[in-house]
Amino acid sequence: MIAYLIKRILLLIPLLFGITLITFAVIHLAPGEPVDMQIAMSPKVSAESRQRIREFYGLDKPLHVQYGLWLGRMARLDFGRSFAPDNRPVTDKIAERIPVTLSLNIIALALEFGLAVPIGILAAVRRNTLVDKGITVFVFLGFAVPTFWLALLLMYLFGVKLGWLPISGLHSLGSERLGTLAWFWDLAKHLVLPVGVATFGSLAGLSRYMRSTMLEVIRQDYITTARAKGLSERAVIFRHALRNALLPVITLLGFSLPGLIGGSVIFETIFAIPGMGQLFYQGVMMRDYPLVMGILVIGALLTLVGNLLADICYSLADPRIRHGKA
Amino acid sequence: MDFRTSFFYTVFWKRFRRNRFALAGAAVVALLFIVSLCAPLIAPYDPAAIDAYRVLLPPSASHWMGTDELGRDVFTRVIYGTRISLYVGFVAVGIAVAIGTLVGLISGFYGGWIESVLMRFVDIMLCFPTFFLILAVIALLEPSIWNIMLIIGITGWMGVARLVRAEVLSIKERDYIMAARSIGASDIRILLLHILPNAAAPVLVAATLGVGGAILTESALSFLGIGVQPPMPSWGNILTSGKDYLEFAWWLSLFPGLAILVTVLAYNLLGEGIRDALDPRIHG
Repeated sequence: MIAYLIKRILLLIPLLFGITLITFAVIHLAPGEPVDMQIAMSPKVSAESRQRIREFYGLDKPLHVQYGLWLGRMARLDFGRSFAPDNRPVTDKIAERIPVTLSLNIIALALEFGLAVPIGILAAVRRNTLVDKGITVFVFLGFAVPTFWLALLLMYLFGVKLGWLPISGLHSLGSERLGTLAWFWDLAKHLVLPVGVATFGSLAGLSRYMRSTMLEVIRQDYITTARAKGLSERAVIFRHALRNALLPVITLLGFSLPGLIGGSVIFETIFAIPGMGQLFYQGVMMRDYPLVMGILVIGALLTLVGNLLADICYSLADPRIRHGKA
Repeated sequence: MDFRTSFFYTVFWKRFRRNRFALAGAAVVALLFIVSLCAPLIAPYDPAAIDAYRVLLPPSASHWMGTDELGRDVFTRVIYGTRISLYVGFVAVGIAVAIGTLVGLISGFYGGWIESVLMRFVDIMLCFPTFFLILAVIALLEPSIWNIMLIIGITGWMGVARLVRAEVLSIKERDYIMAARSIGASDIRILLLHILPNAAAPVLVAATLGVGGAILTESALSFLGIGVQPPMPSWGNILTSGKDYLEFAWWLSLFPGLAILVTVLAYNLLGEGIRDALDPRIHG
């Protein structure tokens, strides 16, 4: 296990280098220097801050030296100062937003997993029945529906028409005066729509995948054996089939992380949630380079960590992976 | 060539025809093409005609989908939006398929360090949340329909590259490749004439499904105000006003979203239909 972990972590190093290289390339993709670009876009940037950016990026040095310097700062998670009027270090600005986005995504991921697995099992077990067809229709709709549109419709229905749920932010005005229980209730009501929309967006793919791995497993000999020795269908499905069908789903869950994190830009903007996605959107609109690049790197790092966690879960669940070559 | 023609007509078309969902998808896609070609003939108004006296009117006989905050006819703008979504869908996917096929062909065919480098590059690109990467590049470039197509294309080719590489790996071991090589065919000739056509089917499926994805991405970007810029009508940017006037004008939100839903659904059904018709394992 330890050996596997070490190997897996060592494999991350070239990926980390690649991520920084691409981000660096993106910065230099712009025609001209980032400084000129910034001046052209926003006349408010003063000569003094222009000089600061110049020094920060080492723009007077050759490209490979620039990359080396930049990489050194990345290693210390130093992304420079934001171009925004508050002029704060990018690292601080991101750090205060990450918990919101991460907790939202973790809730959404848990819900997605909790719903997709039973839906997929149901569709596979009742293959070609009305239930399966109904689920298939739902899955296709889930693939095709623009999540931001779904968000708008739900905001209209539950927020504007029925008035049941708040449609923006995380807390009501004056929520800090509420008691602990009431405070949580208020937060929960604010979370229903954004989390629901985020979950729905990736639910379709995962449940369809669950259905196909389940169908694959049900065909195996050991399932026939389990049935032949007279086990109940419930025991066959949940004790024998499910464990094996879940394995590939764990990996897919890891892969759905970039989609969820990327999607947070959309629903955090719509629902006015102060998370990393909203910060990123504001950064893009204001051409706040240090901020945009910082979040790009952090987003990729989070994805790497997510994939690593998925791999570790996979190896815990499947001894073949743990013990060398499967 | 005879064989392929007969395969298409007998096997592929027979299977495809039996799939009602796929046929419906194909019909909707065809309809969308007609609508976007004939937009000026179908649309009852000028998409940019502002009418200060007819602002935010609900749907009626003269304005089927109501009017927006500037008094423009929403139905007309949704019709013209069809053009944008088709453009973006096809050009972006075209770019993605071109890059992905090239990378996949080269890495699958040559193997060795070329393959390692290219496939690691694919892994790295996949680490970035796609939407973040797109937004970061948009922050550098001017948001315009051309840049949007380019960006969606260059951030969406990795899946195709993996797919093509896998196909090439299995195809290059076949006897007819050996035969071509033994009569002295060049690498380029083998790649383009013998391998590429045989790897085309899964790419076609991925491309069809990709069009739906590209349309969704474009509409999300336009909705956020960093995609297709007004006054050019796109389904996504109509929805931006839909959000601003959510409390007063539900029709601004409902119809463009439905258009996106139906379009993406049609491409997905068509893509899945093509896949099922090509894959004999499913129909046994």
